[in-house]
Amino acid sequence: MLEPLKGLFRGSRGVQNGGSLPANTPRVTPNPRGNAAEAVHTTRPSRGLEEFFAQIRDTTGLTILDLGGVSQNNVSFITDLGHRLYSEAFLSVLGDTFGLDDTVDQSNPGRIEFFLKQTLDYEAGQFDGVLVWDVLEHLNPALLNAVMERLQKIVRPKGYMLAFFQSDDKLDAAPYYSFRIHQMNTLEIVQQGMRRPVQLYNNRSLEKLFGRFESVKFFLSKDRLREVIVKV
Amino acid sequence: MWNKKREDEPQRPLYTPPSPTTSASLNNPADVRKEMPLSSMPPARFEPETRGGAATIGKAVKVVGQIFSREDLYVDGEVEGTVEALENKLTIGPNGTLKAQIKAREVVALGTIHGNVEATDKIEIRKDARLTGDIRTARIIIEDGAYFKGSIDIVKPEPPKMSPKTQPAQPANPPAASHASPQAPSGGNDTKR
Repeated sequence: MLEPLKGLFRGSRGVQNGGSLPANTPRVTPNPRGNAAEAVHTTRPSRGLEEFFAQIRDTTGLTILDLGGVSQNNVSFITDLGHRLYSEAFLSVLGDTFGLDDTVDQSNPGRIEFFLKQTLDYEAGQFDGVLVWDVLEHLNPALLNAVMERLQKIVRPKGYMLAFFQSDDKLDAAPYYSFRIHQMNTLEIVQQGMRRPVQLYNNRSLEKLFGRFESVKFFLSKDRLREVIVKV
Repeated sequence: MWNKKREDEPQRPLYTPPSPTTSASLNNPADVRKEMPLSSMPPARFEPETRGGAATIGKAVKVVGQIFSREDLYVDGEVEGTVEALENKLTIGPNGTLKAQIKAREVVALGTIHGNVEATDKIEIRKDARLTGDIRTARIIIEDGAYFKGSIDIVKPEPPKMSPKTQPAQPANPPAASHASPQAPSGGNDTKR
């Protein structure tokens, strides 16, 4: 009986029921093309990635956290630069913890704590950089706030984070990707499926989101992905 | 009269070698079945799996403790503790579950590993494998679909040590005592030994 009420209490810019997706539509739609081998691969330039590596390429022995899960490209690229890489399958654990169709409230403090222990349980200042990619769009305000606090803690001051957001903040469903580094300024993005983002952001809400950090820089690309470099 | 009838029959050879099988008969499964030699021996019940000469821990086996191997090792069962195959290859099969610290020359993961892995040569994490732990290796290969949580340290192998010929030249006037002394420093010319 309460099923139609699900999703009504998301963030202020959250996607509400009544859009093109019915209430009982799962937030994750499998890639209609089937497995990852047949997924849509696109190679695109990335100013944000270039800016990120500009900050770390002249130093070796840094510690980088990749929240997009493990991929051969990213491992090879980052370790070839002489850095140590940590890998976290952030969205996978998010689905395991809260359910793919948002059946468990992301505001539950116990579950938030459990989720943080699964994904971001690191020492203060452990990382010199974090590849956040597009994972923040899938967190509701309570969980997002907890994640941002934890990121601020585990990234050393003056460290950098690279995050991606959909530039269209009126989407009902958005593709989600895995990101593979090809070169210092080129990314291969592999569409994994469609997902209804919990929150979408415009420039102003992004500035507010990263307001606690030292600086934020935006790069707008042609493919509706907004790249953000954050200096902690 | 019975004997007479038998004498009329053409004599059959004691042994008729089977005629070579033609390709046409091979294409017909029915013919192949007909020509298969029959054996009174029961079919073998146990055929040990060959893993290229590797020692095997089967999927119904659980080991708790330390494993030291001086040959390639295939683990398709469960291991808790430590596994060392410093000069050899360790393969964790699709049914294998290791809660162990691992040291090997080469590690191939198709199953599940919880623990740190040190592979002096390389590690391969195949599709559907799950590895939770820190990796130290010279090379790493990760297939799409693998799950990994932890850190990756790439440790380049040390370059080969300099050969004795490239040692610095001896001084023009070497001390005479050093040649006769039985307790010469170990850094001397190895070719004398």
